[in-house]
Amino acid sequence: MRESQTETRSVVTSGGPGGTHDDAGVRGAAAPRRPFKRYFRETGWRHLVGIAVAAFAIFPLLYVFSASLNPGGTLLTANGLFRNLDFSSYASLFTSERHPYGAWYVNTLVIGLVTAAGTVLLGALAAYSFSRMRFTGRRFGLTTLLVVQMFPQMLAMVAIFLLMVAIGDIFPAIGLNSQIGLIMVYLGGALGVNTYLMYGFFNTVPSSIDEAAKIDGAGHARIFFTIILRLVAPILAVVGLLSFIGTSSEFVLASVILIDPEKQTLAVGLYKFISDEFSKNWSIFAAGAVLAAILPVALFLALQRYIVGGLTAGSVK
Amino acid sequence: MTTPTRDRDTAADTARAGQADSAAQTSPGDAKDGGRRAKRAVRAARMADAASGGLKVLLVKIIALGLIDALALYSILVLVQSAQWIPALIVLAVTGYANWIYFSRGHLPAKYLIPGLVFLFVFQIFAAGYTGYVAFTNYGTGHNADKDSAINSLMLSAQERVPDSPAYDLTIVEQLGEYSFLVTGPDGNVAIGGDERPLEPVANAEMSGGQAVAVPGHTTLGFADIVANQQVIADMAVPLSDDPNDGALRTPDGSSAYVYLSKLVYDEQADTMTDTRTGVVYSDIGTGAFVAEDGTELRPGWQIWVGFDNFVRAFAEESIRAPFFSVLAWTFVFAFFSVATTFVMGLFLAVVFNDPRMKSKKYYRLIMILPYAFPGFLSALVWAGMMNQEFGFINVVLLGGADIPWLTNEWLAKVSILLVNLWLGFPYMFLISTGALQAIPGELEEAARVDGASAWQVFRSIKLPLLFVAVAPLLIASFAYNFNNFSLIYMLTGGGPRDATASVNVGATDILITMVYKVAFVGSTADYGLASAFSIIIFLLVGTISVIAFRRTKALEELN
Repeated sequence: MRESQTETRSVVTSGGPGGTHDDAGVRGAAAPRRPFKRYFRETGWRHLVGIAVAAFAIFPLLYVFSASLNPGGTLLTANGLFRNLDFSSYASLFTSERHPYGAWYVNTLVIGLVTAAGTVLLGALAAYSFSRMRFTGRRFGLTTLLVVQMFPQMLAMVAIFLLMVAIGDIFPAIGLNSQIGLIMVYLGGALGVNTYLMYGFFNTVPSSIDEAAKIDGAGHARIFFTIILRLVAPILAVVGLLSFIGTSSEFVLASVILIDPEKQTLAVGLYKFISDEFSKNWSIFAAGAVLAAILPVALFLALQRYIVGGLTAGSVK
Repeated sequence: MTTPTRDRDTAADTARAGQADSAAQTSPGDAKDGGRRAKRAVRAARMADAASGGLKVLLVKIIALGLIDALALYSILVLVQSAQWIPALIVLAVTGYANWIYFSRGHLPAKYLIPGLVFLFVFQIFAAGYTGYVAFTNYGTGHNADKDSAINSLMLSAQERVPDSPAYDLTIVEQLGEYSFLVTGPDGNVAIGGDERPLEPVANAEMSGGQAVAVPGHTTLGFADIVANQQVIADMAVPLSDDPNDGALRTPDGSSAYVYLSKLVYDEQADTMTDTRTGVVYSDIGTGAFVAEDGTELRPGWQIWVGFDNFVRAFAEESIRAPFFSVLAWTFVFAFFSVATTFVMGLFLAVVFNDPRMKSKKYYRLIMILPYAFPGFLSALVWAGMMNQEFGFINVVLLGGADIPWLTNEWLAKVSILLVNLWLGFPYMFLISTGALQAIPGELEEAARVDGASAWQVFRSIKLPLLFVAVAPLLIASFAYNFNNFSLIYMLTGGGPRDATASVNVGATDILITMVYKVAFVGSTADYGLASAFSIIIFLLVGTISVIAFRRTKALEELN
């Protein structure tokens, strides 16, 4: 139904002499019995493009999945796609003594989740004050956040490393080689883009709601935690998700700060693993990669409507 | 302003108000009235806060701040103990400020901003500033501490046992994981000291057969413990006094210590190091190390301010300039083409799929965004495997046993990087192009078609310009992102193939950010100063480009 509606608007976007009158003709014919030649010229070739692109897009993923099912496989044996089907590579990930894959996985989850939660909380607090309060330096603050983002933390990796060394000399618990320290570093980037995203969303919540609550005697803290946070839950979820995905695949800072293998994250650990013994244990690496990707991909697909909505909203603004 | 509820509303301090009538309090023409009103406002605010269940909130507040204060107090004590006065003062000031903010009425924006700002200041703004500072020093391997530590470690590393020196009876004791030497000198004096802690006399040691064997507050190490920590103990050097020229005690066996003297002698007046065996004099000529007349340096040196040296090196020193400029050029080429290729492909697909007659677009889209959802660093590693010259899928299966050096030939490696980036990036461009295309009103096209424009003309002259307006800011952001696309380069080629002629560790596909990482953290030498200088250069480049581009697209006007 939706298709026939849009069809009348005759959006022909590319080549061919087919014009508006053609479309009317198609609709008049009720059943889309176009001659094959015409069908191909108008839509068929699009499917060919689609199939080619889908193959390009999915091929490396199929390859790595197949490699992960080929136990004891090297890079060379991985070339026989889906010749073996066996999950023992997955098992050996967790039993090997040379690489603490389980620890990496847990570390990545913990660091990612804590950072995401912290980012959401800090960002929401700041966005609330920018959205609901008028104070001197508000505009300056908003602009500063944007400017600061021009110097991403990755560029300051040397300084952050030296800072963490210095902190570690005095407080080993939060200095170099500390996961808490890494989380704190990540939280340094909690404001910025996130605050902007949330700020825009906060502005869409009518302030008459807080005013009504205020009249009923609610304090600002109660308004924030019990009313506003619930109303802006969608953006909190998106920011948390983006932060989680970003943190869990971050390599530079994690590799600089975390030194012990048991403390590292998947990004650092898997890179070291693969660069140490490149082609020998390819199937184990592949299994590690599949497991590492499952969560972000699943989250992404589950929330793709929101993410895509955010992207396109950003682009069309 | 007459009913009590309205009054309470403005009562909250100016900051909370956020509405127009709070302006009355600040406008000077209304000062007297405003003053009275403000007083009433404060009183009413107190009532309001008391009415809104204040006690519980207060309790939570006190507990939270109490925890933070306890942590802060602890860290101040530790900082003071290690003589870090300035950080201690900063912690004190920040904690004091936070307490004042959270217990005072008003300052509402600050209450919400402080938590995020603390992290922002320490780990982003301070880190950025510190990068700037390091860029002007010679910080790095061989220059990593101040002059005193450098002198100490030079003398320690050149120590040799004094021939025929008397033996000190030694007991090794431990406190909080730190080892100390408890020694009984040839003259019977008992003293204790540790690494970089000169000997101090001990009065209350427990003696056994004329040798001190224990001291209160420390644990005496047994033989097994000494064997287990042999290396650490053998590396210890306990200075006899504050003057490094007096020598230090070391132990070869864990049971007796001997005086070791450095073959280097430091002359404080002349500020020179003299090698007593060769007689060579090394002096401080301002380069951050002791240098002999023939130019040989003693390592380690110390950290000094070198001004623009690192930047000058990047642009002038032949063995750095050549690789730096090739990296710079490739960074621009890479960033430009990675945006261009992904955008062209994304736009093409968006146009292809933006046809209402086409079915099952949903499924194509689902598959097409998979590369975007798959973690980037993993994609690069997987592609690195597939592009392996000998065993990779592409050569062995797709090309039937070809021997194409996808990642090891300079030019092919660059092409491969762009290809993999295309795989990674086209879904994003497809999504935003689709969004932008659908936002263009269909009437525009109809009107143009009525006027006789061809489909291509419509696309070229109407859709494309409108589309560009919408996606230009995203393209700029994408350029900036790819300019620093660390994981793609580092995971796929590692920057290789290596440029053998360069004095810095770079390869043909390194971009600036991977060069920074390698100069600072990969290999046996680290040059933090040079790496930071590169960071500053990247920042200036990306910042300038972004500002110019954003000005042009006027995207900044939409802020506020």
